[in-house]
Amino acid sequence: MIKSIKTWILIGFASLLLVACGQGGGGAGSKKSKTLDNTKKAGFVKCGVSQGLPGFSNADASGNWSGIDVDVCRAVAAAVLGDADKVKYTPLSAKERFTALTSGEIDVLARNTTWTLSRDADIGLTFVGVNFYDGQGFMVRKNSGINSVNDFKNGISACTNTGTTTELNMRDFFNSKNISYEPIAFEKADEVVQAYDAGRCDTYTTDKSGLAAQRTKMSNPDEHKVLPETISKEPLGPVVRQGDAVWEDIVRWSLNTMIEAEEYGVNSSNASSLKDSENPAIKRLVGSEGELGAAFGLDNDWSLRIIEQVGNYGESYKKHIADTGILPNRGPNQLWTKGGILYVPPAR
Amino acid sequence: MILKKFNIENKKARDLIPQAITVLALLSVIIYFATNAQINMGNRGISFGFGFLNQEASFDITFSMIEYDGSHSYGRAFLVGLLNTILVSAIGIFFATIMGVIVGISRLSDNYLIAKVAEWYVEIFRNIPLILQIFFWYFAALRALPLPENGISFYDISFLTIKGWYVPKFIWTNFNIFLLSVIAAFIAIYFINSYATKQREQFGKQIPTTIISLTTLILIPLITFLFLGVSLTFEYPVLKQLSPTVFTYAGGVSIIPELIALALALSMYTATFIAENVRAGILGVGKGQKEAAASIGLNKNQILKLVVMPQALRIIIPPTTNQYLNLTKNSSLAAAIAYPDIVLVFAGTALMQTGRAIEIISITMLTYLTLSISISIFMNWYNKKMAIKEK
Repeated sequence: MIKSIKTWILIGFASLLLVACGQGGGGAGSKKSKTLDNTKKAGFVKCGVSQGLPGFSNADASGNWSGIDVDVCRAVAAAVLGDADKVKYTPLSAKERFTALTSGEIDVLARNTTWTLSRDADIGLTFVGVNFYDGQGFMVRKNSGINSVNDFKNGISACTNTGTTTELNMRDFFNSKNISYEPIAFEKADEVVQAYDAGRCDTYTTDKSGLAAQRTKMSNPDEHKVLPETISKEPLGPVVRQGDAVWEDIVRWSLNTMIEAEEYGVNSSNASSLKDSENPAIKRLVGSEGELGAAFGLDNDWSLRIIEQVGNYGESYKKHIADTGILPNRGPNQLWTKGGILYVPPAR
Repeated sequence: MILKKFNIENKKARDLIPQAITVLALLSVIIYFATNAQINMGNRGISFGFGFLNQEASFDITFSMIEYDGSHSYGRAFLVGLLNTILVSAIGIFFATIMGVIVGISRLSDNYLIAKVAEWYVEIFRNIPLILQIFFWYFAALRALPLPENGISFYDISFLTIKGWYVPKFIWTNFNIFLLSVIAAFIAIYFINSYATKQREQFGKQIPTTIISLTTLILIPLITFLFLGVSLTFEYPVLKQLSPTVFTYAGGVSIIPELIALALALSMYTATFIAENVRAGILGVGKGQKEAAASIGLNKNQILKLVVMPQALRIIIPPTTNQYLNLTKNSSLAAAIAYPDIVLVFAGTALMQTGRAIEIISITMLTYLTLSISISIFMNWYNKKMAIKEK
């Protein structure tokens, strides 16, 4: 009841906001950023996260959020407000997330959201980058004798989350294999896990990182395995509202800074000592050369603060994804220099 | 003269002007909101329109009463969700009414055990939030059901498992002729009944209408089977192995556990309120009525059926209408357990895929409004029919 009512209230409220509030909104094109001004005035970054996905955005028992999605918001807060802890987190369901962003309830959406054309172009959102390259997979019981997606047969039942790209990929996949299947879509990930665990469905499908994370919540994690095949591209990344170019740039470059810092070996412990580095790229990262912050109305130490307070991408990945046992192997989420596909434009 | 005329008109005007002002104010508020929404959505780069209803939905739905797959449109997906909402509401209302009446009457029973059981049932089920009951039936009760390979079998033609209740599928030939014969039977029964009423009122002749009606209902469709080429065969569900340990049933019809859990929870919950309405209705009939009925030699069942219930219904119907409306609206909690009703399919998945929050939420609200008003209109008609007729 609480959940449902919350959804309705949020959507209702968001719609009302669109309906009733004055003709606010972002003035596109100008150098001034309304979102930046409001964030400074409020003293915190309004960040939308998931309702609990270990490794990405998950709250501990005392309500502290952590994860690589959370770190994007922390980086923005460090850059804009000087303190990575000045973030207000709003847990959102897949269904609520975009409405919450377009209506101004949140300013950054960092909620393992797949970047697609229609989302980017159609509904007033802008994706600023990718902080995790994922792909959809399937989880089955180990004793099922299913070792590959080629073992799926007509009549298989598949559980997933509603309102996500996985629902669409699942259909594309089963259609292409000409397999008839029973799709069962729940609103919350916890309910999907419960239903799959109980035997309501034979396979559970979502992003592979999600499968790995949810497996830890099962009553007996060792009884389940993730099939090797990946059936889709799922580039997950932070999203902002369309129409505030400056804010968009701040979020994009906060993320890029973390990745670039890893590339140049700058991390939270050595960042301040690298002020006099010989490498100009490192000096730009730690703010001792150039005036990069001025481009979006920030001081020159914005990127140093991100690295010092949040760390570089590698540190964030290690802390939240690798060390927690979710996905020890970085796979495509490795730097381009080390065989992965993480490649960001130069910060100069 | 003019002044007088104005004065006469003024009387009418006094009634009309405030109403006109109210309507105008309401209209301007709506127009203000609409334009504002348009401007705000424009600023945020959100377009408004219903064109998306014709686009391909490209997601599948577990359970649909009409032909549907992802290649159909969002409009079609809306229809699937709407029909599923109507289905679960209709099932819920049907069972809630039956259970409500039984429990309501039981609460007034002279039998201590029956009365107490009914009382406990009401007190327990109406005081637990509905969403918890839905979760209970879905995650706790149905979880106890076996996997398909150990399904609970009913004479090997129907199987109850955690994946659903598999029942035989009816395969008709010439179903249209059969349907027509059933309609014909009902028309015949209507005429038989009105003839019987006339006979009774004019000549005091009793005609055994129940038996005649039943015979008609069986006989006329039976003729179509024997002479008009109607036939019915069953397709039974058969266990099918998908992998060494994964089983399901092929053939037959699967009643999904989401529907069972939701219908159970909705009817068990609403039945408690209906039971209280029934009890209130029966207690609201004057004691003298029962005594009078007893004095002319009617037995207990006859008193209930012929004297008490017709009068009690007048008290029962209006609050029960409310319960029907509540049940219909409560069915929107379906989303929690993946029953594909209009909220899950349309205000959930379709909203997410298209991002058209305002359009979809408005359509969904209007749909519930229409459903509720239809139920109200029907129940008001029924209420009028049951009201005291002055002769």
